[in-house]
Amino acid sequence: MARVVVDVMPKPEILDPQGQAVAGALPRLGFTGVTSVRQGKHFELEVDDSVDDETLAKIAEGFLANPVIEEWTVRRLP
Amino acid sequence: MKIGVITFPGTLDDVDAVRAARYADAEAVNLWHADEDLRGVDAVIVPGGFSYGDYLRCGAIARFAPVMSSVVDAAKGGMPVLGICNGFQILCEAGLLPGALVRNKKLHFVCRDQWLRVENNTTAWTTRYEAGAEILVPLKSGEGGYVADQSTLDELEGEGRVVFRYVGENPNGSRDDIAGICSANGRVVGLMPHPEHAIDALTGPSDDGLGMFLSLVDSLVNA
Repeated sequence: MARVVVDVMPKPEILDPQGQAVAGALPRLGFTGVTSVRQGKHFELEVDDSVDDETLAKIAEGFLANPVIEEWTVRRLP
Repeated sequence: MKIGVITFPGTLDDVDAVRAARYADAEAVNLWHADEDLRGVDAVIVPGGFSYGDYLRCGAIARFAPVMSSVVDAAKGGMPVLGICNGFQILCEAGLLPGALVRNKKLHFVCRDQWLRVENNTTAWTTRYEAGAEILVPLKSGEGGYVADQSTLDELEGEGRVVFRYVGENPNGSRDDIAGICSANGRVVGLMPHPEHAIDALTGPSDDGLGMFLSLVDSLVNA
């Protein structure tokens, strides 16, 4: 078994209204100096040893992320 | 002629889509998400709602439903398909239409009657309208912002594949005020607003939406 993390983020050129809302709220809470926030998704998958990197890439690109609007990274945790 | 209307778990607007098909004198056929058989329909409507709870992303799980692989195959063979709201999101996720729908710019769920301009009246679903006609139909969505990369947007504009555009204030931050687009052959149309809720002035803001279903029947008769 291995733990695999897939992080999915909106592409830089895609408007991220949720991240902007968070960034807009920070000064109202008294936190200054944060100039930008981007909000994405974090997946943790438990996979058995038969699942190879190619399959993980397919899962990330074909399902967990929408390549039209999002970027993703896949990494196996030690 | 038969118009199939798909129901996924979480679909809301299938009943109104069935009613719209009947108003256009077509036979409505209920299709279930788990069925691969399209039951001999001549066209398919993918209606609005929250398929599979909109988990992961709107439409992301629905595109893997057995019925959708049959719809994708049939659409590639030229069958007309209409995706409304969540249906539009599903068609984009399934690759039948380019681009994607993202959270509304101001994050609010928008629910209002919306004016649209008919930019392309040559698709299978829009021949009953005059080009440039303005129609009033309900809009109700939280993730209706249409986005695509610049080359895709240029292609859509260049080929006249923007079918509907928002008139007046852009409700959701859609690129270029795009409310609906079509496939290269004009058979697959997707839009965020709801023509199926505007087929009778008794129950909607207008009957402007009925033209889409009458157009489809015309295109099937003339095929």
